[in-house]
Amino acid sequence: MSDLNELSIAEARDRLAARDLSARELVQASIAAMEAAKPLNIFVTETPERALEMADAADARLKAGDAKPMTGIPVAVKDLFCTKDVCTTAGSHMLESFTPPYESTVTANLWDNGAVMLGKVNMDEFAMGSSNETSAYGPVKNPWRLGETDTVPGGSSGGSVAAVAGRIAPCATGSDTGGSIRQPAAFTGTVGLKPTYGRCSRYGMVAFASSLDQAGPITRSVRDAAIMLGAMAGHDVKDSTCVDVPVPDYEAALTGDIRGLKIGIPKEYHSADMPREIEDMWQQGMAWLRDAGAQIVDISLPHTKYALPTYYIVAPAEASSNLARYDGVRYGHRAQLKSGDGLTEMYEETRAEGFGEEVKRRILIGTYVLSAGYYDAYYLKAQKIRTLIADDFRRAYKKVDAILTPTAPSAAFGFGAKQDPLAMYMNDVFTVPASLAGLPGISIPAALSAEGLPLGLQILGRAFDEETVLKVAGVMEDAAAFTAKPKTWWS
Amino acid sequence: MSVDKATVKRIAKLARIRIDEDRLDPMAGELNNILDWVEQLSAVDTDGVKPMTSVVDHCLHWRADEVTDGNKRDDVLSNAPDAEFGFFAVPKVIE
Repeated sequence: MSDLNELSIAEARDRLAARDLSARELVQASIAAMEAAKPLNIFVTETPERALEMADAADARLKAGDAKPMTGIPVAVKDLFCTKDVCTTAGSHMLESFTPPYESTVTANLWDNGAVMLGKVNMDEFAMGSSNETSAYGPVKNPWRLGETDTVPGGSSGGSVAAVAGRIAPCATGSDTGGSIRQPAAFTGTVGLKPTYGRCSRYGMVAFASSLDQAGPITRSVRDAAIMLGAMAGHDVKDSTCVDVPVPDYEAALTGDIRGLKIGIPKEYHSADMPREIEDMWQQGMAWLRDAGAQIVDISLPHTKYALPTYYIVAPAEASSNLARYDGVRYGHRAQLKSGDGLTEMYEETRAEGFGEEVKRRILIGTYVLSAGYYDAYYLKAQKIRTLIADDFRRAYKKVDAILTPTAPSAAFGFGAKQDPLAMYMNDVFTVPASLAGLPGISIPAALSAEGLPLGLQILGRAFDEETVLKVAGVMEDAAAFTAKPKTWWS
Repeated sequence: MSVDKATVKRIAKLARIRIDEDRLDPMAGELNNILDWVEQLSAVDTDGVKPMTSVVDHCLHWRADEVTDGNKRDDVLSNAPDAEFGFFAVPKVIE
């Protein structure tokens, strides 16, 4: 591990621009850290040769004076962004040998910006999970441990956050459907930003729940999240839900001045069983913002408690439709057929072998809630409650500019600690409501738990107002002065 | 509304996922845990509420009705488990 692995995007960018550091040196340091971090099981596919080629191209660009903010910056790519000619598994056996002949828009935007791909990182299968334990390639280990005991990195973007927390890359792409960027960021002391639905293109992202999925950056600072979002976002004709609004200079939003801003504290997020240290951190966050001149305002989001069950109808319903594409015909796994087997056997056997238990469970739930006789009672009802949840936020944002909550109900836990699917789903209790409403949110590291693990605070904003979210997050980051980092026990 | 073994079998058929006979009962239990929990939604008054159909307010783009992509047969077939003569190959479907 060299000092270069500690550099933020902003620091590396400035040193690269000053030609005080070459992209090749920076990328070599990341490749060395990637090789040393095998025990963490972060990478599904490493692409060191491609990384060095891209680094040399970045150096040429820097020399020619044609550099952009991410030129020469190493990026770990969540393995659900299709990358041309590089295997893309989505954490599933189903896509074990899938090599996309095209590039996702988000990664294409990053490469146009000059960023460098280190490799593809592990994740919960099809992004369905909150601990990385559903990956077909074995779970990622959190660089943060409880003494000598391993903890989960959170999920589904577990490989992404571990790569960033473990100082392998300064940044990674993530995707968030119900909390898959923010919860793992909280578990690893990293910054994770879920943009507004429609801010980043979903083209070339392996789909889970299309009305919820959104790509976003995972970094070690708020400034880096601003820089990286700017390089990922933008209108795309290949995704009809990607909105045609200009991409602002997000870094310029980090003014440090939040005087007069109103920050909402939703009373429904308080609960009797909230751990003391989470409640304390939340109160501390309010104090930091108050000290910086913001006004703390109590608000109500009355349908909060219905968000999680609503999500577990909507997301599986969409997943059951999206994952119908895995039929063993066009791409992905196909089961070996016995003589006399026909199409139906091929579908059923292929999907039985290719999908893991959690994915099957969600497909079955989704199939059930969409089936004749149950559609109105479950799916339509959930879509109506989703409207009520979005209305709650709409009303709140007439009174406040942003909302402050904890990111997750606990710190990282041990492997196998949550065997019951429902207990696992509870991880997303604070992140899911904004996902259902399509709103942006960020998690930043705010404190350490009594056991020495990171805890995160979440800031939510109005649709397409990532700038306020980043501004408030920047102020809170300065106040929190979170400098703790995991011990490098794996090398 | 409770799911029994026969229902699991039926939805597994709809979803085209083979489930082993000895997994049907445990799966019914797992699905019922989730369905019992989402049942709380029936307590919410949704009379007159429109179901959400679009997450953000925006108008879909119009574009000229012209071909912008194509002629990628080999790319399209490149990941097929079985392809022959420029087509996807599947088990015999006609007796």
